[in-house]
Amino acid sequence: MTIDRAAPAGASPTGGAAPPALEVRDLHVTFPSRRGRGPARAVDGVNLTVGAREIVALIGESGCGKSTLARALVGLVKPTSGEVLYRGTTLGYSNAALKAYRRHTQLVLQDPGGALNPRQNVFDAVAEGLRLHKDTDRLGARVHRALSQAGLRPPEQFLERYPHNLSGGQQQRVVIAGALALEPSVIVADEPVSSLDASARGEILRLFLDLRDTLDLSALVVSHDLGLAWNIADRVAVMYLGRIVEVGTVEEVLLEPKHPYTRSLLSVLPGTLSHRRPILLTGEPPDPTAIPAGCRFHPRCPAAAELAPHDPRRELCHSRALPPLTGTGRPTSVASCHLVPSPVPSPSGAG
Amino acid sequence: MTMLEVRDLTVTYRYGDASLAAVRSVGFTLDGGEILGVAGESGSGKSTMALSLVRLLPPGAGITGQVLFHGEDLTTATWGKLRAVRWAQASLVFQGAMNALNPVRSVGEQIAEPIRLHERVDHRAVGRRVADLLDSVGVSSRRASAYPHELSGGQRQRVMIAMALACRPDLIIADEPTTALDVMVQAQILQLLTDLVAQSDIAVIMISHDLAMLADTCDRLAVMYAGRLVESGPAGQVFAEPRHPYTQALSRAFPRVGDSTSRRAPASLPGEPPALGAVGDGCAFAPRCSLVMPDCLTRDIEPWPSGPGREAACLLVLPDPAVVGEHGPRVGERHPRVGASD
Repeated sequence: MTIDRAAPAGASPTGGAAPPALEVRDLHVTFPSRRGRGPARAVDGVNLTVGAREIVALIGESGCGKSTLARALVGLVKPTSGEVLYRGTTLGYSNAALKAYRRHTQLVLQDPGGALNPRQNVFDAVAEGLRLHKDTDRLGARVHRALSQAGLRPPEQFLERYPHNLSGGQQQRVVIAGALALEPSVIVADEPVSSLDASARGEILRLFLDLRDTLDLSALVVSHDLGLAWNIADRVAVMYLGRIVEVGTVEEVLLEPKHPYTRSLLSVLPGTLSHRRPILLTGEPPDPTAIPAGCRFHPRCPAAAELAPHDPRRELCHSRALPPLTGTGRPTSVASCHLVPSPVPSPSGAG
Repeated sequence: MTMLEVRDLTVTYRYGDASLAAVRSVGFTLDGGEILGVAGESGSGKSTMALSLVRLLPPGAGITGQVLFHGEDLTTATWGKLRAVRWAQASLVFQGAMNALNPVRSVGEQIAEPIRLHERVDHRAVGRRVADLLDSVGVSSRRASAYPHELSGGQRQRVMIAMALACRPDLIIADEPTTALDVMVQAQILQLLTDLVAQSDIAVIMISHDLAMLADTCDRLAVMYAGRLVESGPAGQVFAEPRHPYTQALSRAFPRVGDSTSRRAPASLPGEPPALGAVGDGCAFAPRCSLVMPDCLTRDIEPWPSGPGREAACLLVLPDPAVVGEHGPRVGERHPRVGASD
């Protein structure tokens, strides 16, 4: 018995008919300057879509803006410019609009121990969202159903328990049940498994796949772990310093990475036991208050460093900025790099 | 003489009238120039085991067994002897450098502290040593006057390593040295540690929950479950061809990009590890084991040879007669022993 986990063809963002579940267009989030530094351009021109029943992984190092992007997607951060669209409708930022929107899009955070109130039992934790939305019809039954959907079965066994009586994996299931209670159509999860042990990690990831299959949920999963994308995602977007530098299907991006940054991240992924030489980037994750001119990756780019001194592309890397990727509707992966030839538009086009 | 030989190490915590074993008869050996990885999930006893080697446990923790470091048993050594060993010969790199460093002292002073305490060197020589140490871990020596908050997470972890190297130890115990760091910074720190081991004759015990990272970094790998070493052997082999069902499940839980069996199929291990003190008769992993047999519930298994240089504590892993005959078990003369005798 095999279950085809692949997203159906209709979920492809190229399918023209239905608008994607979630979309951001030319999104910028800039935080004001602090202590004499320039303003921090945390998200600096991002286009991204999450199709219906699609799981998209957003991968990047700390400080690349991936969590800010996730918060902007659920309306917790107001973008400086650009827009967030839910099923084709632009998100407004009035209190009423945000409250309505947050029923559809739920955020799951990294550390379930911190996300749960230690003095609140499981029932209250899961019911909290429904109570906030003053939607308390058949509250008990709905909390039961959410717990059961999140894999805490039988739910009665968990209702009276407190977070300290639960394992890390169970705590994360309670957080997810709290999100599911509102019957959202999109879940945005920020590092949902990074604080969990390896044995619990797989269970939570499998839950995302199951929720997509049974509840038709879409998900954007933010992580630093490319292996997570391989485990659950349909598409993957790699983010560097406020921009998406490569996006495509998981197979394309992880098996044939185009961008030097993606290649380098893959090369240091532990446990692949391949004899790929690790491409170590020097220096620290860069600073969004001082984004380099030209290609923003060029100061750390191993491919740019290998160019001959008189190679004209060197000048390109150092001084010509790259436009944000818009390649959400394209059939193949795209990378934002002067050294990667832009894909020739295929005459057959997207399906 | 092996640098470090641990025999039958058991650590118990007192809890009321009960005494709960966090580490149960662990044994291994380690030589200079070797990196031993100790993998395990939270609560497996891996950190307790590491700290017990230099007796850095809270009062009330009871240590039995032997920790022979250069032939001397640290479990019974005098405090004076232990003080001389700590940091000068065996140092630690703790998890979470931001918490382990003192926020109100410059990193240079903190690196200099163990040198001043353990060696008679004049002020200027200490300054030179600190500068050299910072250089060797890839932090500019001009940063010696910086305070921890002025450094990034990766730089702070490098400073921690410089501190651990300050008195030219023979052994470094690194407890989750890269856990809070980014993938790229983690790769840099691991490269630094492996380079240091390659250049000198330092031995490293690296503790982590990340089996995949340890498999790439270490020479040998030991897997802990419920306080006991359940499998050990050459790192790559233990990760790629695990023998113990727990190691097999744990290894599968780490995705391998490009491996079609794990695509859209995250592997997991249902159930929870036993609580401290809740380990009954038989194999501690039996309640979660998919291959459990009736004997597993009653017979207590100790690690026995499972291949060249390998050991596993599982009834399903039959001792290979050829291996037992030729090489024998690694530590002393140990035979498969059934039941907790002694």
